Amino acid sequence: MHSTAYPQAPASDQNPIAEFRAASKHYGEVVAADAISLSIMPGEFLSFLGPSGCGKTTALRMLAGFEAPTSGEMLLDGVRVNDLPPHKRPVNMVFQHYALFPHMNVADNISYGLRQQRPKPAAAFVAQKVAETLERVRLPGFDTRRIWEMSGGQQQRVALARALINQPKILLLDEPMAALDRKLRREMQIELQSLQRALGITFVLVTHDQEEALSMSDRICIMRAGRIVQIGAPRDLYDAPNSRYVADFVGKSNFFEGTLSSVSGLMGAVDLPTGPGRGRLGQDVAVGRKVSLSVRPEQIYLSPTGGAFAVQVRNRIFLGEHTEYLVNNPSLGDFLVLVSRQTEATLGAFDPGQDAFADWTPEAALILNND
Amino acid sequence: MRPKLINRLLLAPAGIWFLAMLVLPLAVVLVFSFGERGQSGGYVPAFTFAQYLNLPARWKAFENTLTLAPVGTLIVLLIAYPLAYFLALRANPKWRTLLLILVIVPFWTSILIRSYAWIFILGGRGIPALLDMLGLHNLRLINTPFAVLVGIVYGYLPLMVFPIFVSLERLDKRLLEASADLGSPPWRSFLQITLPLSLPGMATGCMLVFILLMGEFLIPAMLGGGKVFFVGNALVDLFLQSRNWAFGSAVAVALVVVMLVTVTIYMRAMTRWGNGRDDVSLM
Repeated sequence: MHSTAYPQAPASDQNPIAEFRAASKHYGEVVAADAISLSIMPGEFLSFLGPSGCGKTTALRMLAGFEAPTSGEMLLDGVRVNDLPPHKRPVNMVFQHYALFPHMNVADNISYGLRQQRPKPAAAFVAQKVAETLERVRLPGFDTRRIWEMSGGQQQRVALARALINQPKILLLDEPMAALDRKLRREMQIELQSLQRALGITFVLVTHDQEEALSMSDRICIMRAGRIVQIGAPRDLYDAPNSRYVADFVGKSNFFEGTLSSVSGLMGAVDLPTGPGRGRLGQDVAVGRKVSLSVRPEQIYLSPTGGAFAVQVRNRIFLGEHTEYLVNNPSLGDFLVLVSRQTEATLGAFDPGQDAFADWTPEAALILNND
Repeated sequence: MRPKLINRLLLAPAGIWFLAMLVLPLAVVLVFSFGERGQSGGYVPAFTFAQYLNLPARWKAFENTLTLAPVGTLIVLLIAYPLAYFLALRANPKWRTLLLILVIVPFWTSILIRSYAWIFILGGRGIPALLDMLGLHNLRLINTPFAVLVGIVYGYLPLMVFPIFVSLERLDKRLLEASADLGSPPWRSFLQITLPLSLPGMATGCMLVFILLMGEFLIPAMLGGGKVFFVGNALVDLFLQSRNWAFGSAVAVALVVVMLVTVTIYMRAMTRWGNGRDDVSLM
């Protein structure tokens, strides 16, 4: 039911549960979504990731039916739904600030979806479903609580329960954890993930939090200025970003700018101020173009004795399992190095002001266009 | 200065005003209501219940007030709600301020002048004359309860529109999206979400209009022409025309009592209804 990973090409024996076909949304001059094409497969956990204004929320709202595409098509279960109003769509949403009904108690909020069905389901059935759903989101016995009597985390569970009671084909989550503190957010992420596996419902999440997207999704759809920049499994996006934008947005990265001097096979060389820097070709690049050599901080070694680049330690930030150093090379400028606890145990910690050497392997560096 | 002293000083003007303008006059009226009318009018000290026993003589005024005030409030509510709804949720935000100003514009002229306009419109040469041409003869509008209700709706509409407008404007629009998302068509979302959440505005508006209507005398005087009169008209008559201050005071006390009783019942009902709801603070 829950497939592990299908990065780019979803299994062909399944039909997509939802499909964007060159779907665009214009608000006057503003293009909120620019010809989005995407297939969402049944049972997958897909995230739209991007900064605010990148179109991720618009995409979700087109799925929910709050926005009709200006051009292109929106399909649910193979049927065109461009103009199908939200109340007729088999999808439900967890809203950003939950949008719980303040004049109803928990049970009435949760049963709202059921009570909209015609013919009306029997009261006993509604009560039973409410009890079941409350159990599912670990809020048993909260039926008669008032919304304002509950904590943010509890309200979030109510919102989740309310959206799940109609057994939607797709559950839409609009930044559902934005209002929760870090620890609670982590718990909720794990809970959401296990819930999704247990129910087998397709989840579509909108978030600007890359960590959230990376930890929960089967596939992530990175957006920028209304367009999809890259779609892929979290690990693929992290290891093989197709642009400097993605490399910068997903995880941290250092970018060393220079001209691409030569290409051989899958590798290339960039003229850095310190000499040629070799790396893997991350996207279509042409010799002579200005490019960036992208290196993740955890891929850089720091050594007191030897390495390609002489650096001086500028700053040290203790992150728990890692230590993040800001180092400076006179020619390359400042860049970040992440040193694990184990490495630090053998090499010792570096102090600000201390001279050291930094280096990385060509396989750890990625050559991307400057965009 | 100590905070307590500051508090007292800050409260003093309001307290003095309250005593001098509300408690004192009410006490005087209460004392007068047990007195007698002097030879040439006014008030002679006495202690008698005669004025209260005479109250049924003004029964018609109470009857008119107690029917037309609630009915007027209800009609104002029924007209104001769609208007407020349109202004808050449907009107183009660019035009909203202008439209809101248009709702208050009538308040810029005296109610007296505006009532004269209505006297003309509803009078013999106004709408009845038009209807006469269309074959509907001898219809009298002016000096009827209908005319008074028209005046009430006209004069009190903004007082009802504004509280409802505010409660509708504050309504979180995402609640309506959530309702639609959960399968509710727009009209049912209105009944289940919009209407209950705008109840506080309606309650406030009704309260305002009803209390002011209970003391109204100008509209019935102008458009009721002495045929449809309120308690307020009876009071003007008693104090200024027949100079029966003692009886007038008794009528006034009776009006205050009736008002207190109705308003208390209303508040009780509303609080019980809205009990335990954070969104409904009714006053």
